[in-house]
Amino acid sequence: MENKESIFSPKIIKTFLGPLNQNNPISVQVLGICSALAVTVQLKPALVMALSVTIVTGFASLIISLLRNTIPSRIRIIVQLVVIATLVIIVDQLLKAYVYDVSKKLSVFVGLIITNCIIMGRLEAFALGNKPWPSFVDGIANGFGYGIILVIVGFVRELFGSGKIMGLSVIPQSFYQMGYENNGLMILPPMALIIIGIVIWIHRSWNKSLIEK
Amino acid sequence: MEHLFNIFIKSIFIENMIFAFFLGMCSYLAVSKTVKTSMGLGIAVIFVLIITAPLNYLLNTYVLKEGALAWLDTAYAEIDLSYLSFIVFIATIAAMVQLVEMIVEKFSPSLYNALGIFLPLIAVNCAILGTSLFMQERNYSSIAEVIAFALGSGVGWWLAIVSLAAIREKMRYSDVPKPLKGLGITFILTGLMAIAFMSFMGIHL
Repeated sequence: MENKESIFSPKIIKTFLGPLNQNNPISVQVLGICSALAVTVQLKPALVMALSVTIVTGFASLIISLLRNTIPSRIRIIVQLVVIATLVIIVDQLLKAYVYDVSKKLSVFVGLIITNCIIMGRLEAFALGNKPWPSFVDGIANGFGYGIILVIVGFVRELFGSGKIMGLSVIPQSFYQMGYENNGLMILPPMALIIIGIVIWIHRSWNKSLIEK
Repeated sequence: MEHLFNIFIKSIFIENMIFAFFLGMCSYLAVSKTVKTSMGLGIAVIFVLIITAPLNYLLNTYVLKEGALAWLDTAYAEIDLSYLSFIVFIATIAAMVQLVEMIVEKFSPSLYNALGIFLPLIAVNCAILGTSLFMQERNYSSIAEVIAFALGSGVGWWLAIVSLAAIREKMRYSDVPKPLKGLGITFILTGLMAIAFMSFMGIHL
């Protein structure tokens, strides 16, 4: 019962909310950018990627936290990589089985979840020194924090780049007749970087404590 | 020979690891504050890439690919271990990075001091694993092609990080809007550099 009480204690809630805003893995901790950019041309792959990363981060944190007292610190990086790689293989096989088209679109980026710095970063910074449940919450929350940015970027790029959301056209035909055109630049890779730059800009002007010296 | 040269040039400019695929971004953003350190990291990345990519190619061809085990016995010809490739590749990379670190420490202390702190970072640099995964996806036909590809990717990464570091050193004297300072402007800068690199896309090799 004691365990039950602590499940939603204020500390846990703080652990959960931190990565969504104050301590966002992408815009504040600068982790896991590699995969964040390439998969955001459309919203659907971005959502699938965000979900996969959340699951892998959560369970990797849980497993490493359970093992934290038995892993010798000299070889911990290899142990962490093996745990992460195993989880990623499971996710990859599941994606191939259930959403094959998205899995094809994500191509090598599913495999690259292994080297996503968010996971390693959270394992090193949090899971190695905390109990399993907080570690799991921390992992899931960081996955969500990553997901939020991915979804924002994916949404903007798909809306302006191809006039669609989740593959459905949302910009009415009459707009196109009036001379509106899709912005082809949005589909190109560099725009992902610039949009994240702008997201960071908005985030930091709204949250002054994050401004760098 | 010309064919290999094409792969090399293509992976530096047209399919640049950073500007076209965003691989290795974490260390790219974190270490690009001064030219000197980014030079060290860039060279370490080239070094590790030309060791790990051919090694993973051999593993892929003789162990992992469908039918790759046929050289052992015809009975094994139907085995397809390619689902294990993530774990094998990352284990090779992590082991190689440790090995390279130990060898460099033993035989060339001056190089070790220059690369030292960056070597462990490289095990989790996405550009390294990414090169191995692209190598697997694109089905290169010989080890020479893989070496050309790995070398090109490494040089492209080095070029990107050194040029970003040079711009950031200059930018210290510019008046950037406060919330954009540091990370934000670096992202936008990388985006603009990527747009510049896109002009190479018209070149067909």
